[in-house]
Amino acid sequence: MKRGKRSWMFPSPPVIRAAGTVVGPDEGAGPLAADFDLVHPTLDLGQPSWEKAERLLLEQAADIALSKAGLKKDKLQFFVGGDLTNQIISSTFAARTIGVPYLGVFGACSTAMESLALASLMVASGAAELVAAGTCSHNCTAEKQFRYPTEYGSQKPPTAQYTVTGAGVALIGAGGEGPAVTAATIGRIVDLGVKDPFNMGGAMAPAAVDTIQAHFEDTGRQPEDYDLIATGDLAAVGHPIAAELLRRSGIPIDNTRFVDCGLMIYDTSKQKVQAGGSGCGCSAVVTYGHLLKKMAQGELRRVLVVATGALLSPLSYQQGESIPCVAHAVSIEARP
Amino acid sequence: MQYVWAFLIGGGICVVGQLLFDVARLTPAHTMALLVVIGAVLGGFGLYDPLVEFAGAGASVPITSFGNALVHGALTELERDGWIGVITGIFEVTSAGISAAIIFSFLAALIAKPKG
Amino acid sequence: MATKQATRGKTVYKPFSMSSKEYKAFLKNREPPRAVLANCAKAFLAGGVLCLIGEAITQFFVAVFRMTPEQASNPTVAMLILLSVILTCLGVYDRIAQWAGAGTAVPVTGFANSMCSAAIEHRSEGLVLGVGGSMFKLAGSVIVFGVVAAFFVGIVHWLFGWGS
Repeated sequence: MKRGKRSWMFPSPPVIRAAGTVVGPDEGAGPLAADFDLVHPTLDLGQPSWEKAERLLLEQAADIALSKAGLKKDKLQFFVGGDLTNQIISSTFAARTIGVPYLGVFGACSTAMESLALASLMVASGAAELVAAGTCSHNCTAEKQFRYPTEYGSQKPPTAQYTVTGAGVALIGAGGEGPAVTAATIGRIVDLGVKDPFNMGGAMAPAAVDTIQAHFEDTGRQPEDYDLIATGDLAAVGHPIAAELLRRSGIPIDNTRFVDCGLMIYDTSKQKVQAGGSGCGCSAVVTYGHLLKKMAQGELRRVLVVATGALLSPLSYQQGESIPCVAHAVSIEARP
Repeated sequence: MQYVWAFLIGGGICVVGQLLFDVARLTPAHTMALLVVIGAVLGGFGLYDPLVEFAGAGASVPITSFGNALVHGALTELERDGWIGVITGIFEVTSAGISAAIIFSFLAALIAKPKG
Repeated sequence: MATKQATRGKTVYKPFSMSSKEYKAFLKNREPPRAVLANCAKAFLAGGVLCLIGEAITQFFVAVFRMTPEQASNPTVAMLILLSVILTCLGVYDRIAQWAGAGTAVPVTGFANSMCSAAIEHRSEGLVLGVGGSMFKLAGSVIVFGVVAAFFVGIVHWLFGWGS
């Protein structure tokens, strides 16, 4: 299963049996609104705090995934999840509700693919038959924790990104109907000294490039082997930079459609989201909602999702540290 | 006429703040702290009061006047009570603003929820 | 850093390697520029208008309550703080501020907004630890630096025997 330096290729690929996506009002006003299972009209989801709203997103996404697969909670063997909150409490409290053995992971905005890669590994290696991989993010909990209180009047620069309010959960099983996870490449920390938390895309682009290169080197694949390669949330600043760095290093990225989830989820010309979307939920809902739907409709056959994460903490930033970043790549293929 | 100067001077001080945001790339907290210190230093040299007389609210509304007011409090008490007055007098003049902000913010927290 | 060539099939590529310094310069060239002039114009306008409102309030107190301009500055500041708190609670202050930038942050309204926004945001953590404990999260540095600066100015005055 191990290929090259840091990739896995699954000989009997685990299957994404079903996935659930739940989003907030801003995502519901975006171009992909019809691809999500549930769109909430308000940011608070009727809950008394932003944090309670975030975990409800994840719980609902898990419920939807299970009902789409026609399975009950007790069939689920493990839950691999994480989010942006301190001590990943959203995933923990959701795991408490779901009641499944739980592996919490922190990959910041790369969590969707990190959890998918791990869940797939568990199933492919025979360590489990049905694993849920899920993540969530909420615009207000992220602002409150990483930046400023949500009603604070600070002026966001054009490089800032807008954290997606959304949760995506995928059920990965050993067999059955659905697109298959065929390969995964695990990222390493890449930190080129960028310190500006209002330019995450710029900080994360090198990590995406590093992982994409490693993926092609390890698997022997080329960009044109994929119908689409999507980065998680590099957005308007980071995505062109990643494309340029890939071209500079000789990778023919233009032989395929190279897109970014953060640019797909919002209409940056109409919605006030500055450079585009970010957050764990971004790559999760775009992949599990939009991309899987396109694969089911036959428009996409093989995609590579490269979710990127900025692994800073509010404290590390205040202490003058730069932003260490990571990117995890997972290849998903429609079954013929 | 005072209105014109209030507008121009007040706007001008805000432009200084905006330049600190966009060119110096300071955070709002750093910018406000810097402006308050500038107000205090100008107040110490007796340069801020003439500005207030001239521009009215244009000088008394920006956060720089807070620094000036803190210095006034310190210096008034210094004259009255000696060196200890530097410490005891600082909040004399500004207590209205700080108290108002605390009280109104607290009441707000009782009745309002953040909207995101 | 090494730039070894890796051969995979037909395509040859150089593993990505850029030093921190090179990348930061590379990044700087590709950052969308801040609209400094436009932002300054908006800040000027918004800040000017807020000070106009302040001036109007001061004149009102002078005329109706027979205060001197110095005496009127306290209620003026209090009224502006109240205005800022109301706009923050209505959820519109941050939207105005995204447009106005320093125009809403530099006047005392920015100070009040920083306290009010922190207070209402942390209500979920309770009145004591949340509202009480977090209220000064953003405004604290203004108060600390203002007080410390005033202290040093006062000490300098004392040392040099200047009058107030």
